[in-house]
Amino acid sequence: MDRIPILRMGPVLLVSIQVDMHDQLALALQDDLSNAITAHGSKGVLLDISSLGIVDSFMGRMLANIAGIAHVLDAATVVVGMQPAVAITLVELGLSLEGVRTALNVEKGIAMLQAAVADRDIPFHTMIDADGTD
Amino acid sequence: MPELNTSRLTALLDQRYDELLAAWITEQLQIVRRGQISESDLRAQCAELLQAVRRGLSSGGSTNLAGQSWAAARDLLARVSSERAQQGFPPSETAMFVLSLKRPLFDALRGASNDADTLASDVWTATVLLDQLALYTTEAYQRSREQLITRQQEDMLELSTPVVKLWDGVLALPMIGTLDSSRTQIVMESLLQRIVETGSDVAILDITGVPTVDTLTAQHLLKTVTAARLMGAECIISGIRPQIAQTIVHLGVDLGDVVTKATLADAFKLALSRVGLTVGRVRPSSSSSAPALAAPSTND
Repeated sequence: MDRIPILRMGPVLLVSIQVDMHDQLALALQDDLSNAITAHGSKGVLLDISSLGIVDSFMGRMLANIAGIAHVLDAATVVVGMQPAVAITLVELGLSLEGVRTALNVEKGIAMLQAAVADRDIPFHTMIDADGTD
Repeated sequence: MPELNTSRLTALLDQRYDELLAAWITEQLQIVRRGQISESDLRAQCAELLQAVRRGLSSGGSTNLAGQSWAAARDLLARVSSERAQQGFPPSETAMFVLSLKRPLFDALRGASNDADTLASDVWTATVLLDQLALYTTEAYQRSREQLITRQQEDMLELSTPVVKLWDGVLALPMIGTLDSSRTQIVMESLLQRIVETGSDVAILDITGVPTVDTLTAQHLLKTVTAARLMGAECIISGIRPQIAQTIVHLGVDLGDVVTKATLADAFKLALSRVGLTVGRVRPSSSSSAPALAAPSTND
Protein backbone atom coordinates (compact mmCIF):
# COMPACT_ATOMS: atom_id res chain seq x y z
CA MET A 1 0.00 0.00 0.00
CA ASP A 2 1.14 3.56 -0.72
CA ARG A 3 2.35 5.63 2.18
CA ILE A 4 2.84 9.35 2.44
CA PRO A 5 6.50 10.14 3.14
CA ILE A 6 7.37 11.97 6.35
CA LEU A 7 10.57 13.98 6.05
CA ARG A 8 12.58 15.02 9.07
CA MET A 9 14.21 18.43 9.03
CA GLY A 10 15.78 19.12 12.40
CA PRO A 11 13.10 19.56 15.01
CA VAL A 12 10.27 19.60 12.51
CA LEU A 13 8.64 16.97 10.34
CA LEU A 14 7.53 17.76 6.80
CA VAL A 15 4.54 15.99 5.30
CA SER A 16 3.53 16.86 1.75
CA ILE A 17 0.33 15.28 0.52
CA GLN A 18 0.70 15.00 -3.26
CA VAL A 19 -2.09 12.55 -4.02
CA ASP A 20 -5.80 12.56 -3.39
CA MET A 21 -6.21 11.02 0.02
CA HIS A 22 -8.32 7.96 0.62
CA ASP A 23 -9.36 6.91 4.07
CA GLN A 24 -6.77 4.11 4.53
CA LEU A 25 -3.97 6.44 3.46
CA ALA A 26 -5.09 9.07 5.96
CA LEU A 27 -5.24 6.53 8.78
CA ALA A 28 -1.77 5.23 7.88
CA LEU A 29 -0.43 8.80 7.85
CA GLN A 30 -1.90 9.46 11.27
CA ASP A 31 -0.22 6.30 12.57
CA ASP A 32 3.17 6.98 10.94
CA LEU A 33 3.19 10.61 12.00
CA SER A 34 2.49 9.91 15.66
CA ASN A 35 5.24 7.28 15.66
CA ALA A 36 7.66 9.68 13.95
CA ILE A 37 6.98 12.51 16.40
CA THR A 38 7.69 10.20 19.32
CA ALA A 39 10.74 8.62 17.69
CA HIS A 40 12.43 11.90 16.79
CA GLY A 41 11.06 14.05 19.59
CA SER A 42 9.89 16.55 16.98
CA LYS A 43 8.66 19.95 18.06
CA GLY A 44 6.72 20.86 14.92
CA VAL A 45 4.80 19.32 12.02
CA LEU A 46 4.33 21.03 8.66
CA LEU A 47 1.45 19.59 6.67
CA ASP A 48 1.49 20.75 3.04
CA ILE A 49 -1.88 20.15 1.38
CA SER A 50 -1.44 22.44 -1.62
CA SER A 51 -1.96 19.54 -4.06
CA LEU A 52 -5.05 18.32 -2.27
CA GLY A 53 -8.08 19.21 -4.39
CA ILE A 54 -10.81 17.14 -2.80
CA VAL A 55 -11.73 16.81 0.86
CA ASP A 56 -14.66 15.19 2.60
CA SER A 57 -15.78 15.35 6.20
CA PHE A 58 -13.54 12.37 7.04
CA MET A 59 -10.46 14.09 5.64
CA GLY A 60 -11.35 17.29 7.49
CA ARG A 61 -11.61 15.33 10.72
CA MET A 62 -8.30 13.58 9.98
CA LEU A 63 -6.54 16.95 9.64
CA ALA A 64 -7.98 18.06 12.98
CA ASN A 65 -7.05 14.70 14.54
CA ILE A 66 -3.47 14.86 13.30
CA ALA A 67 -3.14 18.35 14.79
CA GLY A 68 -4.69 17.12 18.03
CA ILE A 69 -2.32 14.14 18.26
CA ALA A 70 0.69 16.33 17.51
CA HIS A 71 -0.43 18.75 20.21
CA VAL A 72 -0.68 15.95 22.76
CA LEU A 73 2.83 14.85 21.78
CA ASP A 74 4.03 18.46 22.31
CA ALA A 75 4.53 19.41 18.66
CA ALA A 76 3.00 22.43 16.92
CA THR A 77 1.14 21.76 13.64
CA VAL A 78 0.90 24.14 10.73
CA VAL A 79 -1.31 23.31 7.76
CA VAL A 80 -0.09 25.15 4.65
CA GLY A 81 -1.32 25.81 1.12
CA MET A 82 -4.99 24.96 1.46
CA GLN A 83 -6.80 25.54 -1.84
CA PRO A 84 -9.77 27.97 -1.87
CA ALA A 85 -12.20 25.22 -2.88
CA VAL A 86 -10.99 23.02 -0.03
CA ALA A 87 -11.32 25.87 2.46
CA ILE A 88 -14.88 26.59 1.32
CA THR A 89 -15.80 22.91 1.52
CA LEU A 90 -14.44 22.58 5.06
CA VAL A 91 -16.32 25.69 6.18
CA GLU A 92 -19.55 24.43 4.61
CA LEU A 93 -19.01 21.11 6.39
CA GLY A 94 -18.74 23.07 9.64
CA LEU A 95 -15.11 22.09 10.20
CA SER A 96 -13.16 25.20 11.08
CA LEU A 97 -10.10 23.28 12.39
CA GLU A 98 -10.01 25.23 15.63
CA GLY A 99 -6.57 25.15 17.17
CA VAL A 100 -4.79 24.32 13.93
CA ARG A 101 -2.33 26.91 12.72
CA THR A 102 -2.48 27.72 9.00
CA ALA A 103 -0.18 29.48 6.56
CA LEU A 104 -0.38 30.40 2.89
CA ASN A 105 2.74 28.54 1.76
CA VAL A 106 5.59 26.36 3.01
CA GLU A 107 7.89 29.36 3.49
CA LYS A 108 5.46 31.13 5.80
CA GLY A 109 4.64 27.86 7.53
CA ILE A 110 8.30 27.22 8.32
CA ALA A 111 8.61 30.77 9.68
CA MET A 112 5.59 30.14 11.88
CA LEU A 113 7.00 26.86 13.20
CA GLN A 114 10.32 28.56 13.76
CA ALA A 115 8.57 31.13 15.93
CA ALA A 116 6.63 28.42 17.77
CA VAL A 117 9.78 26.42 18.45
CA ALA A 118 11.65 29.60 19.47
CA ASP A 119 8.93 30.21 22.07
CA ARG A 120 10.19 27.12 23.84
CA ASP A 121 13.54 28.85 24.36
CA ILE A 122 15.38 26.43 22.13
CA PRO A 123 17.00 28.17 19.15
CA PHE A 124 15.64 26.66 15.94
CA HIS A 125 18.92 26.84 14.00
CA THR A 126 20.90 25.48 16.91
CA MET A 127 18.57 22.52 16.97
CA ILE A 128 19.05 21.86 13.27
CA ASP A 129 22.83 22.17 13.70
CA ALA A 130 22.79 19.96 16.75
CA ASP A 131 20.81 17.35 14.89
CA GLY A 132 23.05 17.65 11.86
CA THR A 133 26.16 16.89 13.90
CA ASP A 134 24.60 13.83 15.49
CA MET B 1 -60.94 24.02 -28.52
CA PRO B 2 -63.29 23.34 -31.46
CA GLU B 3 -61.75 24.14 -34.84
CA LEU B 4 -63.04 27.46 -36.16
CA ASN B 5 -63.94 28.23 -39.71
CA THR B 6 -61.20 30.50 -41.01
CA SER B 7 -61.94 30.38 -44.73
CA ARG B 8 -63.91 33.63 -44.84
CA LEU B 9 -61.31 35.40 -42.74
CA THR B 10 -58.56 34.17 -45.04
CA ALA B 11 -60.47 35.35 -48.09
CA LEU B 12 -61.08 38.73 -46.52
CA LEU B 13 -57.39 39.17 -45.73
CA ASP B 14 -56.50 38.28 -49.31
CA GLN B 15 -59.02 40.63 -50.92
CA ARG B 16 -58.80 43.66 -48.69
CA TYR B 17 -55.18 43.43 -47.55
CA ASP B 18 -54.13 46.98 -48.51
CA GLU B 19 -57.24 48.56 -47.07
CA LEU B 20 -56.83 46.69 -43.76
CA LEU B 21 -53.16 47.57 -43.48
CA ALA B 22 -53.83 51.27 -44.04
CA ALA B 23 -56.63 51.32 -41.46
CA TRP B 24 -54.51 49.41 -38.93
CA ILE B 25 -51.57 51.80 -39.30
CA THR B 26 -53.87 54.80 -38.86
CA GLU B 27 -55.25 53.17 -35.72
CA GLN B 28 -51.77 52.57 -34.32
CA LEU B 29 -50.50 56.04 -35.05
CA GLN B 30 -53.21 57.36 -32.75
CA ILE B 31 -52.08 55.09 -29.91
CA VAL B 32 -48.32 55.28 -30.20
CA ARG B 33 -46.81 58.42 -28.74
CA ARG B 34 -44.74 60.54 -31.11
CA GLY B 35 -41.03 59.83 -31.17
CA GLN B 36 -41.25 56.42 -29.56
CA ILE B 37 -41.04 54.56 -32.81
CA SER B 38 -40.55 55.83 -36.34
CA GLU B 39 -43.52 55.64 -38.69
CA SER B 40 -41.58 53.71 -41.32
CA ASP B 41 -40.59 51.06 -38.77
CA LEU B 42 -44.19 50.78 -37.65
CA ARG B 43 -45.40 50.39 -41.24
CA ALA B 44 -42.82 47.70 -41.92
CA GLN B 45 -43.74 45.79 -38.76
CA CYS B 46 -47.48 45.99 -39.46
CA ALA B 47 -47.09 44.87 -43.06
CA GLU B 48 -44.87 41.98 -42.04
CA LEU B 49 -47.24 40.79 -39.33
CA LEU B 50 -50.30 41.03 -41.57
CA GLN B 51 -48.45 38.99 -44.22
CA ALA B 52 -47.45 36.44 -41.61
CA VAL B 53 -51.04 36.17 -40.35
CA ARG B 54 -52.28 35.71 -43.91
CA ARG B 55 -49.73 32.98 -44.55
CA GLY B 56 -50.54 31.32 -41.25
CA LEU B 57 -54.26 31.28 -42.02
CA SER B 58 -54.00 30.18 -45.61
CA SER B 59 -51.40 27.43 -45.18
CA GLY B 60 -52.81 25.77 -42.09
CA GLY B 61 -56.36 26.99 -41.86
CA SER B 62 -55.89 26.64 -38.13
CA THR B 63 -55.87 29.20 -35.33
CA ASN B 64 -53.52 27.12 -33.20
CA LEU B 65 -50.45 29.35 -32.84
CA ALA B 66 -48.17 26.48 -31.83
CA GLY B 67 -48.40 25.05 -35.37
CA GLN B 68 -45.63 25.15 -37.95
CA SER B 69 -47.56 27.53 -40.23
CA TRP B 70 -47.43 30.24 -37.58
CA ALA B 71 -43.66 30.13 -37.07
CA ALA B 72 -43.08 33.35 -39.04
CA ALA B 73 -45.72 35.25 -37.03
CA ARG B 74 -44.29 33.96 -33.74
CA ASP B 75 -40.74 34.97 -34.65
CA LEU B 76 -41.86 38.43 -35.72
CA LEU B 77 -43.88 39.02 -32.55
CA ALA B 78 -41.01 37.83 -30.36
CA ARG B 79 -38.66 40.21 -32.13
CA VAL B 80 -41.03 43.18 -31.98
CA SER B 81 -41.82 42.70 -28.29
CA SER B 82 -38.20 42.24 -27.27
CA GLU B 83 -37.34 45.43 -29.20
CA ARG B 84 -40.14 47.28 -27.46
CA ALA B 85 -39.20 45.89 -24.07
CA GLN B 86 -35.72 47.32 -24.53
CA GLN B 87 -37.09 50.66 -25.76
CA GLY B 88 -39.11 50.92 -22.56
CA PHE B 89 -42.63 50.48 -23.91
CA PRO B 90 -45.17 49.50 -21.23
CA PRO B 91 -46.63 45.99 -21.66
CA SER B 92 -50.11 47.34 -22.48
CA GLU B 93 -48.83 49.34 -25.44
CA THR B 94 -46.86 46.35 -26.65
CA ALA B 95 -50.00 44.22 -26.58
CA MET B 96 -51.94 46.99 -28.32
CA PHE B 97 -49.67 46.52 -31.32
CA VAL B 98 -51.70 43.37 -32.05
CA LEU B 99 -55.01 44.31 -30.43
CA SER B 100 -55.35 47.50 -32.47
CA LEU B 101 -55.95 45.31 -35.51
CA LYS B 102 -59.33 44.36 -34.06
CA ARG B 103 -61.31 47.42 -35.09
CA PRO B 104 -60.15 47.55 -38.72
CA LEU B 105 -60.67 43.81 -39.04
CA PHE B 106 -64.14 43.85 -37.47
CA ASP B 107 -65.14 46.81 -39.66
CA ALA B 108 -64.02 44.90 -42.71
CA LEU B 109 -65.89 41.78 -41.62
CA ARG B 110 -69.04 43.80 -41.08
CA GLY B 111 -68.75 45.26 -44.55
CA ALA B 112 -68.28 41.82 -46.10
CA SER B 113 -71.28 40.04 -44.64
CA ASN B 114 -74.97 40.80 -44.24
CA ASP B 115 -75.86 37.68 -42.29
CA ALA B 116 -75.74 38.21 -38.51
CA ASP B 117 -74.82 34.60 -37.69
CA THR B 118 -71.95 34.49 -40.17
CA LEU B 119 -70.71 37.85 -38.91
CA ALA B 120 -70.82 36.77 -35.27
CA SER B 121 -68.93 33.56 -36.00
CA ASP B 122 -66.30 35.39 -38.07
CA VAL B 123 -65.82 38.04 -35.40
CA TRP B 124 -65.37 35.27 -32.84
CA THR B 125 -62.75 33.56 -35.01
CA ALA B 126 -60.88 36.83 -35.45
CA THR B 127 -61.05 37.59 -31.73
CA VAL B 128 -59.69 34.17 -30.78
CA LEU B 129 -56.83 34.57 -33.23
CA LEU B 130 -55.91 38.13 -32.26
CA ASP B 131 -56.16 37.41 -28.54
CA GLN B 132 -53.75 34.53 -28.93
CA LEU B 133 -51.34 36.70 -30.87
CA ALA B 134 -51.59 39.44 -28.23
CA LEU B 135 -51.02 36.96 -25.40
CA TYR B 136 -48.02 35.60 -27.22
CA THR B 137 -46.68 39.15 -27.58
CA THR B 138 -47.11 39.84 -23.87
CA GLU B 139 -45.38 36.60 -22.97
CA ALA B 140 -42.47 37.42 -25.24
CA TYR B 141 -42.33 40.92 -23.75
CA GLN B 142 -42.21 39.47 -20.25
CA ARG B 143 -39.51 37.01 -21.26
CA SER B 144 -37.23 39.67 -22.66
CA ARG B 145 -37.74 41.83 -19.56
CA GLU B 146 -36.78 38.90 -17.36
CA GLN B 147 -33.68 38.27 -19.45
CA LEU B 148 -32.76 41.92 -19.00
CA ILE B 149 -33.21 41.70 -15.23
CA THR B 150 -31.18 38.47 -15.00
CA ARG B 151 -28.36 40.01 -16.97
CA GLN B 152 -28.36 43.12 -14.80
CA GLN B 153 -28.29 40.99 -11.66
CA GLU B 154 -25.27 39.12 -12.96
CA ASP B 155 -23.56 42.40 -13.83
CA MET B 156 -24.28 43.73 -10.36
CA LEU B 157 -22.80 40.64 -8.72
CA GLU B 158 -19.63 41.02 -10.73
CA LEU B 159 -19.39 44.76 -10.15
CA SER B 160 -20.08 44.79 -6.46
CA THR B 161 -17.38 42.39 -5.31
CA PRO B 162 -13.99 43.79 -6.28
CA VAL B 163 -10.96 42.60 -4.31
CA VAL B 164 -8.40 45.40 -4.12
CA LYS B 165 -4.78 45.25 -3.06
CA LEU B 166 -3.96 47.96 -0.52
CA TRP B 167 -0.34 47.04 0.05
CA ASP B 168 1.95 44.06 -0.44
CA GLY B 169 0.32 41.35 1.60
CA VAL B 170 -2.81 43.36 2.42
CA LEU B 171 -6.07 42.88 0.51
CA ALA B 172 -9.34 44.75 0.99
CA LEU B 173 -12.84 43.73 0.01
CA PRO B 174 -15.26 46.64 0.08
CA MET B 175 -18.69 45.03 0.20
CA ILE B 176 -21.64 46.99 -1.14
CA GLY B 177 -25.25 45.90 -0.86
CA THR B 178 -27.10 43.13 0.90
CA LEU B 179 -25.13 39.95 1.59
CA ASP B 180 -27.18 36.92 0.59
CA SER B 181 -25.99 33.36 0.12
CA SER B 182 -25.19 33.58 -3.59
CA ARG B 183 -23.29 36.84 -3.19
CA THR B 184 -21.35 35.55 -0.21
CA GLN B 185 -20.33 32.54 -2.27
CA ILE B 186 -18.94 34.78 -5.03
CA VAL B 187 -17.30 37.13 -2.52
CA MET B 188 -15.69 34.21 -0.73
CA GLU B 189 -14.43 32.58 -3.91
CA SER B 190 -12.96 35.76 -5.36
CA LEU B 191 -11.33 36.72 -2.06
CA LEU B 192 -9.76 33.29 -1.51
CA GLN B 193 -8.57 33.19 -5.11
CA ARG B 194 -6.90 36.58 -4.74
CA ILE B 195 -5.30 35.52 -1.44
CA VAL B 196 -3.67 32.60 -3.25
CA GLU B 197 -2.60 34.75 -6.22
CA THR B 198 -1.08 37.57 -4.17
CA GLY B 199 0.09 35.53 -1.18
CA SER B 200 -1.50 38.05 1.16
CA ASP B 201 -1.40 37.56 4.92
CA VAL B 202 -4.18 39.98 5.82
CA ALA B 203 -7.56 40.64 4.23
CA ILE B 204 -9.86 43.46 5.31
CA LEU B 205 -13.60 42.91 4.87
CA ASP B 206 -15.15 46.36 4.79
CA ILE B 207 -18.90 46.31 5.37
CA THR B 208 -19.52 50.06 5.25
CA GLY B 209 -21.76 49.53 2.23
CA VAL B 210 -23.80 46.71 3.73
CA PRO B 211 -27.12 48.26 4.76
CA THR B 212 -28.22 45.71 7.36
CA VAL B 213 -26.56 42.91 9.25
CA ASP B 214 -28.71 40.07 10.54
CA THR B 215 -27.77 36.67 11.90
CA LEU B 216 -27.56 35.20 8.39
CA THR B 217 -25.26 37.98 7.14
CA ALA B 218 -23.07 37.58 10.20
CA GLN B 219 -22.91 33.85 9.61
CA HIS B 220 -21.85 34.45 6.00
CA LEU B 221 -19.13 36.85 7.14
CA LEU B 222 -17.85 34.36 9.69
CA LYS B 223 -17.75 31.64 7.04
CA THR B 224 -15.59 33.86 4.83
CA VAL B 225 -13.29 34.69 7.74
CA THR B 226 -12.95 31.01 8.69
CA ALA B 227 -12.22 29.94 5.11
CA ALA B 228 -9.51 32.61 4.82
CA ARG B 229 -8.04 31.50 8.14
CA LEU B 230 -7.93 27.88 6.95
CA MET B 231 -5.81 29.06 4.05
CA GLY B 232 -3.48 30.90 6.37
CA ALA B 233 -4.66 34.50 6.00
CA GLU B 234 -6.07 36.68 8.73
CA CYS B 235 -9.29 38.65 8.25
CA ILE B 236 -10.22 41.97 9.79
CA ILE B 237 -13.82 43.19 9.60
CA SER B 238 -14.10 46.96 9.32
CA GLY B 239 -16.69 49.63 8.64
CA ILE B 240 -19.10 48.59 11.37
CA ARG B 241 -21.50 51.48 11.85
CA PRO B 242 -22.90 52.26 15.33
CA GLN B 243 -26.38 50.93 14.47
CA ILE B 244 -24.89 47.73 13.10
CA ALA B 245 -22.75 47.25 16.21
CA GLN B 246 -25.93 47.60 18.29
CA THR B 247 -27.81 45.16 16.08
CA ILE B 248 -25.02 42.58 16.31
CA VAL B 249 -25.05 42.73 20.10
CA HIS B 250 -28.85 42.74 20.36
CA LEU B 251 -29.09 39.71 18.09
CA GLY B 252 -26.55 37.93 20.25
CA VAL B 253 -24.31 37.23 17.26
CA ASP B 254 -21.00 35.79 18.42
CA LEU B 255 -18.22 37.09 16.19
CA GLY B 256 -15.79 34.85 18.05
CA ASP B 257 -12.17 35.94 17.95
CA VAL B 258 -12.55 37.88 14.69
CA VAL B 259 -10.87 41.27 14.86
CA THR B 260 -13.32 44.11 14.17
CA LYS B 261 -12.55 47.78 13.59
CA ALA B 262 -14.81 50.78 13.20
CA THR B 263 -13.17 52.21 10.09
CA LEU B 264 -11.17 50.96 7.16
CA ALA B 265 -8.30 53.24 8.24
CA ASP B 266 -8.06 51.52 11.63
CA ALA B 267 -8.16 48.12 9.98
CA PHE B 268 -5.46 49.15 7.48
CA LYS B 269 -3.24 50.37 10.32
CA LEU B 270 -3.61 47.05 12.11
CA ALA B 271 -3.01 45.13 8.87
CA LEU B 272 0.20 47.07 8.24
CA SER B 273 1.45 46.31 11.74
CA ARG B 274 0.68 42.62 11.18
CA VAL B 275 2.89 42.57 8.09
CA GLY B 276 5.55 44.57 9.94
CA LEU B 277 5.05 48.10 8.57
CA THR B 278 4.14 51.42 10.16
CA VAL B 279 2.85 54.73 8.87
CA GLY B 280 4.71 57.93 9.72
CA ARG B 281 5.41 61.44 8.51
CA VAL B 282 8.43 62.14 6.35
CA ARG B 283 9.19 65.36 8.32
CA PRO B 284 7.68 65.42 11.80
CA SER B 285 7.55 69.27 11.99
CA SER B 286 5.67 69.89 8.73
CA SER B 287 1.94 69.41 9.07
CA SER B 288 1.23 69.44 5.33
CA SER B 289 3.57 66.62 4.31
CA ALA B 290 1.97 63.39 3.26
CA PRO B 291 2.32 60.34 5.46
CA ALA B 292 4.70 57.73 4.14
CA LEU B 293 5.15 54.06 4.77
CA ALA B 294 8.38 52.88 6.29
CA ALA B 295 9.51 49.51 7.45
CA PRO B 296 10.90 49.39 10.96
CA SER B 297 14.58 48.53 10.94
CA THR B 298 14.09 45.46 13.11
CA ASN B 299 11.78 43.72 10.70
CA ASP B 300 12.89 41.73 7.64
